[in-house]
Amino acid sequence: MMIRFKSWVGRNRGFTGALLLFTVLFIGYHILHPRGFSTSVFIQNANESVVIGFLAMAQTVPVLMGGLDLSVGAVMTLTNTIASHVVTGSPLQMVGGMIVTLSAGTAFGLMNGLIVVFGRIQPIIATLATGAIASGLALLVRPSPGGDISSDLNWALTNAVFDFAETYGFADNGNAAWLQPIANVPVPLVILFVLGVCVWVPFKRTVTGRTVYAVGSAESAAYMSGLPVARAKIAAFTLAGFFASCAGLYLAIQTSSGNADINQAGAYTLNSIAAVVLGGTSLLGGVGGAIGSLVGAGILRVISFYFRILSIDPLLQSLIEGLVLLAAVSIGAIRTFRVKNKLELFR
Amino acid sequence: MSTFISVTPENRPIAIAAAFTVVIVLIGTGYTLATQGTAPMLTMSYLLQQLQIGSFLGLCAAGMMMVILLGHIDLSLPWTLTAAAMMATTVGGAWAIPAGLSVGLVVGVVNGLGVSYLRIPSMIFTLGVDSVLRGLMIAHTGGFAPQTEATPLMRFLAADKIAGLPAAVFVWGAVSVVITIILTRTGFGKSIYATGAKESAAFLSGIRTHWVIIGAFVASSLCASMAGILLAGYSAKAYQGMGAPFLLPAIAAVVLGGTHILGGRGRFLGTLIGVVLIVFLNSVLSIMQMPEAFRQIIYGVVIVSMLLVYGRENKARH
Repeated sequence: MMIRFKSWVGRNRGFTGALLLFTVLFIGYHILHPRGFSTSVFIQNANESVVIGFLAMAQTVPVLMGGLDLSVGAVMTLTNTIASHVVTGSPLQMVGGMIVTLSAGTAFGLMNGLIVVFGRIQPIIATLATGAIASGLALLVRPSPGGDISSDLNWALTNAVFDFAETYGFADNGNAAWLQPIANVPVPLVILFVLGVCVWVPFKRTVTGRTVYAVGSAESAAYMSGLPVARAKIAAFTLAGFFASCAGLYLAIQTSSGNADINQAGAYTLNSIAAVVLGGTSLLGGVGGAIGSLVGAGILRVISFYFRILSIDPLLQSLIEGLVLLAAVSIGAIRTFRVKNKLELFR
Repeated sequence: MSTFISVTPENRPIAIAAAFTVVIVLIGTGYTLATQGTAPMLTMSYLLQQLQIGSFLGLCAAGMMMVILLGHIDLSLPWTLTAAAMMATTVGGAWAIPAGLSVGLVVGVVNGLGVSYLRIPSMIFTLGVDSVLRGLMIAHTGGFAPQTEATPLMRFLAADKIAGLPAAVFVWGAVSVVITIILTRTGFGKSIYATGAKESAAFLSGIRTHWVIIGAFVASSLCASMAGILLAGYSAKAYQGMGAPFLLPAIAAVVLGGTHILGGRGRFLGTLIGVVLIVFLNSVLSIMQMPEAFRQIIYGVVIVSMLLVYGRENKARH
């Protein structure tokens, strides 16, 4: 058992390091917090982490394949504006609207994949261009910020499981005994982990999912082994589109509105790359996973939570964020000084 | 004309991009002829003005190209540009321009060390450096628009004319000549191509790849800081976010000019044409008073469709 654990840690050094860093930062935050650990603070933290969490998962899949998706932030913005139009009306209509939103984002991801595979354009530059297209479409869908998403839905999805049950009147309005163990868990975390575990973990175990890893490690070897390289690439971008649309949908519900903010889209794309790297996924491809990126996104968010409780000058905030990011990736780079054969550094 | 008839594979993107630029200008002229009955796009003063605007992007793209030829990327361009502009206006006097350029030098060395010695992917390292620079500049200005002004020399270089041509174009031209000579005539230039094509092979051939990477990042940051100094001179002051609109167009110009995003291939002439293409595309769209939404869409469609024409990878697997 111990040996298996040790070998698992050895194989997932990046992920373990990220998890440790996150745990230390998170516990430290709650110790330093003037009111200590409380459900309301935890819910607030969770709410602010969902969007970047989804985007980090979205970015992970193309990165594992050795590519990069610079359109995730723009797809999030596009689906955010779509959701602000269609997620309204009766509960059934709202569910329909959510499906429309998610399929729009997934279709955009599919288009990225088709362009990369059949157009044979490098992912980084193809998604740079499609990202511009998505931003333009978002501006068309919603030229000025607005939208009216039901406040019930907003309340139910941005609070604890108890409030969710109370809003929609099931499980004795949230008082049923079986619900009590999880009554105080924030709904956003539940959504994030359910989608992460129900979509990512099964995908990773399929032939297509394994091929994504194989392409990231050595594309020509994967091709020679008869793996479905083209299918894996298309699937990777499609999945990225799906997760990005989850982020857009949640952002719409959280803010009860849609906003085609292009600067925000760019910032989120860059942060998603940072989260992926912090979560132990190699930008060269082949190593890592979406769950690690969730932890990476968590690290990014916890760092920004510290600014609120420590009276740090807000003017220094982005300086410290940048220094922490550089320090975190530099720690991971220490191994380069232990490598005996210099040729192993080049890839 | 003979160069157009027998284009080598390396020059094909350049020829297509040039042809497409002409098409854009013709579309713009057709539009103004139809709506106003005049053809302002073909007048000398208009073209000179476009060159002046293009010189800022041209400098950014020139530096970015050195880094992309290595297969790396420099995402710290926006705040390198802004920091150089702010430092230049803060220091002022005769030392304004050296102060701005030294910002570029320092940023370039830091980027180069991080990418070459720490082996951190350039995408993430330069992103961190960008964030640190932004933090430093926000702390420096206190979050307000800086009150300092550009020196007369900066204004002269950015906005005045020498012999009828905008002075900024001379700066752009000088940098272009230097970079062309570096890339085609010097060992450093050959080392950049070699390192970009295959770093391990370059290393085994005795090229000090670490120094090549540091040199390219220094060149990139120096070009960005030069663009920042000129831009501050052009608008008489430095301001927050002055660099943000240059990052993606600079990358797009380099790639549309035929430089391979994974490094090792590309000619500087292509980058020049790529810059001209993007500048004209922008100006035609603003002549047509295209709303921002359609601008973004057209921008994206143009990049994708041009790359579909000539940017396709070989199907054969290596």
